[in-house]
Amino acid sequence: MFRYLPYLLVGILFGFVLVKSEAASWYRIQEMFHFQSFHMFGILFSAIVTALLSIQIVKRLGHKKALDGQVIDIPEKSPGTVSYVLGGLIFGFGWGLVGLCPGPMFAMAGTGSLGAMVVLAGALHGTWLYGALKQHLPH
Amino acid sequence: MDWLIHPWPWYVAGPIIGLMVPLMLFIGNRSFGISNNLRHLCAITQPPTVEVDFFRYNWKEHTWSLVFVIGTALGGYLAGVVFADPNPVQLSRAAQDMLLSWGFLPPEGKLVPDELFHTSVRNFTFLFACGVLVGFGTRYAGGCTSGHAITGLSALQLPSLYAVLGIFGGGLIASWFLVPYMLVG
Repeated sequence: MFRYLPYLLVGILFGFVLVKSEAASWYRIQEMFHFQSFHMFGILFSAIVTALLSIQIVKRLGHKKALDGQVIDIPEKSPGTVSYVLGGLIFGFGWGLVGLCPGPMFAMAGTGSLGAMVVLAGALHGTWLYGALKQHLPH
Repeated sequence: MDWLIHPWPWYVAGPIIGLMVPLMLFIGNRSFGISNNLRHLCAITQPPTVEVDFFRYNWKEHTWSLVFVIGTALGGYLAGVVFADPNPVQLSRAAQDMLLSWGFLPPEGKLVPDELFHTSVRNFTFLFACGVLVGFGTRYAGGCTSGHAITGLSALQLPSLYAVLGIFGGGLIASWFLVPYMLVG
């Protein structure tokens, strides 16, 4: 169990930030999609820049090992276009309506919001539906 | 202790979220991403008689990921309940006016609007349907905001750029052409 502790701690930090930055707020998501504030764009851009710089540093260090001894590598996403664009459109459409993407769903469910738990239940069913229909979808 | 209560500015929150990527790499060579957990939860709960192949794998290898989202929910509880901020979300003036014109009351210390989230058959049907779209879309696209917009873009992966363009396009359509009319009628 102890080896999972770092994941729990980092997960707690993530949930805490999502709520404190209001990235888990439906209001902030509407404001973002209408370009009425820099707040959400600032969060996303600075997160990407931080992650990008970190990855470049990790790469320059070369064959750096993780805490558990594995050599750090970043897997490439499988090539394709259709599934990424179509899947993104469907997800984004749902996100624009309900204002919660998967991270904030868990964080808001944690605050005790029954509505967020319903969204999460829906997301599980949507995921299952994808698994069931996978072979029939263009990828 | 005020900093635990007050909202965090973007230049504090963004870099912390970005640090999730190297932290997960250093802890156990993991790619930061949330929506895979929806798949793992399906794999855990799928009855043996259903047998959708997509959910037949050893989910126990992904326990670390499930522990992470349990943490995310705990973090949400700490930030939203234990250290709750009683003040309303500080939206821009333009956003406040827009939401009022759509018939939404001001936030008043809530992160999600009562108009859509308080308990009613109508609301929960809507929320469930939106959840289905998010769950279906993220798995079809192979990731969500964390896996594509943050991990994928920062690793300069082209598929993630396609996904992010799709996500933003879908969000714009919903937010401009549907949300303004949701409370009408």
